Amino acid sequence: MSTNFQKHFRSLSGLEIDRVYTSQHLKGWTPEVDLGDPGEFPYTRGIYPTMYRGRLWTMRQFAGFGSASDTNKRFHYLLEQGQTGLSVAFDMPTLMGLDSDDPRARGEVGRCGVAISCLADMERLFEDIPLDHVTTSMTINGPAAVVFAMYLAVAEKRGIPLGRLDGTIQNDILKEYIAQKEWLFPPEPHIRLIVDTIAYCTAHVPKWHPVSISGYHIREAGSTAIQELAFTLYNGLTYVDAAVQAGLAVDSFAPQLSFFFNVHNDFFEEIAKFRAARRLWAQEMARRYQPTNPKSLQPRCHAQTAGCSLTAQQPLNNVVRTTLQALAAVLGGTQSLHTNSMDETMALPTEEAAKLALRTQQIIACESGVTNTVDPLGGSYYVETLTNQLEEGARTYFQKLDELGGMVQAIQQGFPQREIFNASHQYQLEIERKERVIVGINEYIEPHSPPIPILRIGPEVEHEQIERLRELRRTRSQARVTAALTTVQKAAVSGDNVMPALIEAVKTHATLGEICTALKEVFGTYQEPAVL
Amino acid sequence: MAGATPLRVLIGKVGLDGHDRGVKLIARALRDAGIEVIYTGLHQTPEQIVASAIQEDVRAIGLSIHSAAHKTLFPRVLELLKAQGAEDIVVFGGGIIPDEDIPILHAQGVRRIFTPGTPMQEIVDFVKGLGQ
Repeated sequence: MSTNFQKHFRSLSGLEIDRVYTSQHLKGWTPEVDLGDPGEFPYTRGIYPTMYRGRLWTMRQFAGFGSASDTNKRFHYLLEQGQTGLSVAFDMPTLMGLDSDDPRARGEVGRCGVAISCLADMERLFEDIPLDHVTTSMTINGPAAVVFAMYLAVAEKRGIPLGRLDGTIQNDILKEYIAQKEWLFPPEPHIRLIVDTIAYCTAHVPKWHPVSISGYHIREAGSTAIQELAFTLYNGLTYVDAAVQAGLAVDSFAPQLSFFFNVHNDFFEEIAKFRAARRLWAQEMARRYQPTNPKSLQPRCHAQTAGCSLTAQQPLNNVVRTTLQALAAVLGGTQSLHTNSMDETMALPTEEAAKLALRTQQIIACESGVTNTVDPLGGSYYVETLTNQLEEGARTYFQKLDELGGMVQAIQQGFPQREIFNASHQYQLEIERKERVIVGINEYIEPHSPPIPILRIGPEVEHEQIERLRELRRTRSQARVTAALTTVQKAAVSGDNVMPALIEAVKTHATLGEICTALKEVFGTYQEPAVL
Repeated sequence: MAGATPLRVLIGKVGLDGHDRGVKLIARALRDAGIEVIYTGLHQTPEQIVASAIQEDVRAIGLSIHSAAHKTLFPRVLELLKAQGAEDIVVFGGGIIPDEDIPILHAQGVRRIFTPGTPMQEIVDFVKGLGQ
């Protein structure tokens, strides 16, 4: 059987792997320089001196489906099960800045996330959840500033000072053009909106993380670990550069930037990726911007197990895959983690499947003993060599991106898209030629694996959401909405920070779609160069 | 078909979802197999898909849907094809589609649904079969 003898030993990213690793692989590598102590530059061993001995990672399960009330119930359920942070998944219309009653939203409302079109939806989403006592992550990019404005308006309405809010908006548009493909405007105005949110947080919501620089989607689109690392960190540096250009001091915002990585199947390569990410970020930030606050050098990160590694065939196997990936993220030193549910190749997770995914993290945290010491794999010839190789590979991409004139130009030329597409094509061919074995796909196949229950979203979600919006438009003051939208456009044109105008607009019950349309009139739209 | 006209298909993303990893792999595999592929790019409405398919005179439309909107978008495409008298264009697709929904889509007129894990060759063979 093909699994018994392997001719080539290569990592998932295509790195050639040797029979055994020795000190010969680490010539020129010095622990004092390349490793450092945990919590010390270059943070290879972790950003905190005590890591999980001091505090476990945040168990943050991404959730969202149906109406705001449906998702609110799931949030309460997850908190009752011991989850320690919230993470909102929005539906496709919301991600694209469209209202639930937009004709382009037909059939998509509440299906792969929660539908949020207006302030009232946001209020329902967080009903009976104390916003000053939870941390909330929102996976929203194109319309991030508007959705963030809604969250801030809910807090304001409840009398919670903005300074007490803690959480994250993803707000990473570059990886949208590269991988996830949900954008509203051309790159330049999008980056300006990101800088506006960074500046607003610096001044008013200091505990908030205004950008979660995301490699997750890049990896899901088929990249290698090296591409994920390279494009993500380069995107991060692009945002830092834009904020510094706009006049912000690096130490005023860099400590609030965070990262979001994928954890795929290749166990040691993934661990090395997290370690390389910290070292590379710390070194590049120090070299380019000379921050004085050490927090500006520390890449805090969230991780999610690889959705693209799950199989619809024999879905119970996905629990095992997710466990191994979660363990890699923990050994890599992540600050928070989402574990995928076994049913996610078919639909959004059921309550039971989501609970099992959370329990997986709790078992790793409480039973495996891996949290007892910091960076247990530090000093391993193999892991340190992989860490060096990943860093080196990423630096080679950095050089290429510099040559192309930066990430925006590279995207417009289709460079990262093409690199990822070629990698995903290669991966697919390897599976089809059985050079890589995926259990249940090209080996150990069962013709009929028993089905598992899946979550169903009924059409009534869309009908009710449309009804509520109709009622909203009928009862609000249209004059106030129109005036607020004009103010948003004025701020967008003038170059003033748009956040105050957005917060005022959502308070008039202007909808997500209306505000995004007003912004599109100023900023324009974007058509990608299709790369095949 | 006589063999003189190359087999031509439209491969596209319909609806709002941006997951294009799978669809691009299929488009490349079909193209590598000598089939003429029109790739629509992202975020197409059913109206745009059907208009392109008729304009390009394709034998089939292959749609990728990962946003769980398949029960709305496939029937809409079929309905528009019918309204234009173009029911001879075969509709097939793939994506994140639960098994129970597949017979429903077949009954509505979708010829085949390919779910995750399908070898690319199987899809190439299916499309080639349409040309015979």
